[in-house]
Amino acid sequence: MPSLIEAFQSQVGRKILTGLTGFLLVFFIIFHLAGNLAIFGDPDAMNSYSQFLHDLGPLLWVARIGLLLIFVIHAYIGISIWINKRKARPQQYKVYSSKGGPSKQGLSSRSMAFTGIVLLIFVVFHINTFALGDMDTVLIDGRETHDVKTLVIDTFQNPIYAFGYTIVMILLGAHLGHGIWSAFTSLTLRSKKASATIYTIGVVAAVLLAVGFLFIPLYIYFGGGCDAALINCN
Amino acid sequence: MSLMTINLKVWRQKNAETPGKFEDYKLDEVSEHMSFLEMLDVLNEKLIKEGKDPVEFDYDCREGICGSCNMVINGRAHGPKHKTAACQLHMRTYNDGDTIVIEPPRAAAFPIVKDLVVDRSAFDRIIEAGGYISVKTGAAPEANLIPVAQDTSNDAFDYATCIGCGGCVAACPNSSAALFTGAKIAHLNSLPQGQPERDKRTIAMVNQMEKEGFGDCSNYAECEAVCPVGISISAIAEMRRDYIKAIF
Repeated sequence: MPSLIEAFQSQVGRKILTGLTGFLLVFFIIFHLAGNLAIFGDPDAMNSYSQFLHDLGPLLWVARIGLLLIFVIHAYIGISIWINKRKARPQQYKVYSSKGGPSKQGLSSRSMAFTGIVLLIFVVFHINTFALGDMDTVLIDGRETHDVKTLVIDTFQNPIYAFGYTIVMILLGAHLGHGIWSAFTSLTLRSKKASATIYTIGVVAAVLLAVGFLFIPLYIYFGGGCDAALINCN
Repeated sequence: MSLMTINLKVWRQKNAETPGKFEDYKLDEVSEHMSFLEMLDVLNEKLIKEGKDPVEFDYDCREGICGSCNMVINGRAHGPKHKTAACQLHMRTYNDGDTIVIEPPRAAAFPIVKDLVVDRSAFDRIIEAGGYISVKTGAAPEANLIPVAQDTSNDAFDYATCIGCGGCVAACPNSSAALFTGAKIAHLNSLPQGQPERDKRTIAMVNQMEKEGFGDCSNYAECEAVCPVGISISAIAEMRRDYIKAIF
């Protein structure tokens, strides 16, 4: 019997890990979106949420490191699958097309590597912009905290950020369109009926998540930041 | 009976070492009642009469049960029809004047022997790794000695229908053999006779599949779409499930 480390390096083990990490990342982005939507709440809602996260102290670091690890494993395996496929078929077909029917080949599934790599690069820029960016401080409950909300509103008034984020979020939707169902399948979903249902749920969830994320930059840009009806700055 | 003119673009390759290329052929008077392989027979008769080398292709039963005739027709393993092996495909599927591109299955694990013939012994080695049950041979035991539930028997039979043609590998964008290996594992692991070697079999067959140089499964499900016997990708889920059970 292989050790657990060996087992998760095998083809089947790697796929199970991809599904598992993918699942956890979907959970993360659901929470992330919920946090983002705080921008539409009370003037202090978003910064209070940020303060709450910072107050977690060491727990926040555990979550950050855990998340980084999950992300790196997911990306590493995804890229290695993409490299492997070249080795497994050195000579391509002159003509190739899907047979349709039960096949899940399409724009979403065929572009997993592309959308994944874009997301990987995006995350680096994203962290640099919003987690490491220059921020003023505001007083929340008498304590100084980072003014994330102003940074977000200022950033998305720049069309490059507003539209750049929108495009990347469409790609996120495309990644999840195949990814959510695929994660279930990798985690051994075998019933045909459940599989069809989960595929539909996965696509709907992917669209909702993408729209949820891209709505914010577009709304800030077209609404004129603090002037927008749903955003209450003070 | 209507006769058609068919243009063919066939992959010709002398052996694994020599690079191949497409050759164009034109066949007149192709009957709509011909099977795809009969059409290739007609092409070969013509080539032989012209003193040229006939197109090498694998076939045996020509009734869709042996799994020999794996070729990629217009970019699809076994041609355009679902649950149909290339030998069961008929020329009535095509129209007069159509151009058909025929390629061998392309995968590093299936090296080309000649033209459309590839070496699929990688599949044999996956079976050798664990696709069997160890029993003492001798007089056949009483058939009803080990009860098997009807559902289990049906599922096992569905997986056992895999004819090992390699269409799944040919069609998979990653050249993965997950459907073949999954079907073989799921077939034996679901039956009582397969239980004693269950974990060992799963690990050994998965390892051999990787050793042969097949790609990873990305859940495209294209394999299920081209499988001439319609094996579901639930076989792959069964393999993953059994793999998890085996390692913990």
